[in-house]
Amino acid sequence: MKAISVNNIYRNYGDVEALIDISFEVEQGEIFGIIGPDGAGKTTLFRILTTLLLADKGSATVDGCDVIKDFKLIRNRVGYMPGRFSLYLDLTVEENLNFFATVFNTTIEENYYLIEDIYKQLEPFKDRRASALSGGMKQKLALCCSLIHKPTVLFLDEPTTGVDPVSRKELWEMLKKLKQQGISILVSTPYMDEAEMCDRIALIQNGNFLKIDTPKNIVNQFDNILWALSSNRMYDLLNDLRNHPKIKSCYAFGDSHHITISTDNFLLNDLNIFLNEKGHKDIEISPIKASIEDCFMQLTN
Amino acid sequence: MLKFLIEKEFKQIFRNPYLLRLIIVMPFMVLLVLPLAANFEVKNINLSIIDNNHSPYSERLIHKISSSGYFKITDVSSSYEKALYSIEQDVADIILEIPSQFEQELVKEKSSNLLISANSVNGTKGGLGSVYLAGIVSDFSNEIREEWIQSSNRITTPSFTIVQQYRYNPHLEYPIYMVPALVVMLLTQICGFLPALNIVAEKEKGTIEQMNVTPVKKFTLILSKLIPYWVIGFAVLTICFGVAFLFYGLFPLGNLSTIYLFASIYVLAISGLGLVVSNYANTIQQAMFMMFFFVMTMIFLSGLYTPVNSMPDWAQFISRFSPLKYFIQVMRLVYLKGSSLTELLPKFFALIGFAIFFNAWAVLSYRKSK
Repeated sequence: MKAISVNNIYRNYGDVEALIDISFEVEQGEIFGIIGPDGAGKTTLFRILTTLLLADKGSATVDGCDVIKDFKLIRNRVGYMPGRFSLYLDLTVEENLNFFATVFNTTIEENYYLIEDIYKQLEPFKDRRASALSGGMKQKLALCCSLIHKPTVLFLDEPTTGVDPVSRKELWEMLKKLKQQGISILVSTPYMDEAEMCDRIALIQNGNFLKIDTPKNIVNQFDNILWALSSNRMYDLLNDLRNHPKIKSCYAFGDSHHITISTDNFLLNDLNIFLNEKGHKDIEISPIKASIEDCFMQLTN
Repeated sequence: MLKFLIEKEFKQIFRNPYLLRLIIVMPFMVLLVLPLAANFEVKNINLSIIDNNHSPYSERLIHKISSSGYFKITDVSSSYEKALYSIEQDVADIILEIPSQFEQELVKEKSSNLLISANSVNGTKGGLGSVYLAGIVSDFSNEIREEWIQSSNRITTPSFTIVQQYRYNPHLEYPIYMVPALVVMLLTQICGFLPALNIVAEKEKGTIEQMNVTPVKKFTLILSKLIPYWVIGFAVLTICFGVAFLFYGLFPLGNLSTIYLFASIYVLAISGLGLVVSNYANTIQQAMFMMFFFVMTMIFLSGLYTPVNSMPDWAQFISRFSPLKYFIQVMRLVYLKGSSLTELLPKFFALIGFAIFFNAWAVLSYRKSK
């Protein structure tokens, strides 16, 4: 039995098509990442799978249960952490956790081993109201609350958005531990660098899946020559590169621009000469290995 | 399960620093201040007098008016134009003009005319003021007539007097009439407004989404929202009985249990309306506005301030659809007249009808929104 199985799910909001005939499967005990920009349809997919929203067409099962027929069973078995913090701000950390435990007919003690690592960090603040927690703490509490009933499948909608880099890293380590407990995890994120943490990923844009594979395979399938460039005038550099006929694509990537080359007979040196003519200084060009983001850019092109 | 959910709601209510204080202060505020402030009895009417006669009779009339307690003579003018000016300056509300031949006419022709002219920008003040004034003048004319009859020693006109008796509120005291009805308004706010706003707030904050993924049934969730406010509503109702007794000496002539029975049906109806609103509203702002719209309309058509019977026919027709109307009538009848359940049965069924209607609408609109 697959943890999640989705068949041609379609959903629109008026004229906007949020999901267009999406199909994929998540294995048990797998961390499956849905990677894509804001507005790609990630949250809609999560809401359908957690029985909060009905799809217009298609079918889906979670832990073997149909999302429409067996929605009651699903609600007992899955944990859902929405993108927006949605615990009770006027209850304390402990009260929130206790409340969600009782709502699922269980107690904190019963499944404490699942949340122990995370909750230990929260314990000093257990009498503090949720409204007074920092962003990262809030996310940790939300994760605890969605785990307290020992779900078989965990849905995390953008758990790292708005969280500091240290907390982000901690969160991903926790997910890996949960995976070892046999919990299947569907996680979405707009950050491409987090893709490598997943066992498999789906790249999503405008309601379409562009590709489903392991992060490694996706990177390996990148078949263009990729160079990273920088100079003293980065903005002009971007324009100059984009106007060059032999350069297929050029995107700004933090402190350098990534370009793909359309022909083989274009050497690093040729480009250096071209940029010197344009008056660029401190030019640095180096061939690099593709990242998930490079693959995403290539696929969306 | 329900127990835990209710426990959580109470925890949140008690933790809200303003809500609880407001719930406790409101009954006192509404019952103590409103009946006194929203009193329709008119006093201290400013009067401008033009006495063209300056005779003993005209002076007697003026003295009678000023000693009535309703009027303050703030202006004495020599002509109608000048008196009118004092109205424009807001010095006077009503003008009384006594003609120059007042006494002579009274003596010779046995009748004379007076002019009463009122500023009706404030309709109640102008209207009631001129009625009071006319009453004093007619008292005055009766007085004179009796004096003449006595002095001439002959019986000319048969006269009779009317003795007025006001049943159920012998002294026509305004608070006695208002207090039972204001309790209904309080109950409407606590059991109608508050749960609706609470549900919409959960929608707005996104917490309801988290609850929807749990095995908690929607019905249980909604019950857990309503029950705390029902409990608070009944507590406030009981406080109101106490306040009415302590400060106005008011105690229902009828049975208290009749009121509690009607209150429980009414609360069911009005929280149903609250649920309907919470289904349509996505933000607190929308919910507030919708609730105000419904409740304001219902209050004005309920007969809380003005009797339903004096409304135009179409308004009387609409007022049938205000659940407040029925409960306000019940409260007044039980409090002042001591009516029992059997006499109030039609109103009982009307309220049950409202409860079924609003709650059915709430269920249907909830299904639709999903």
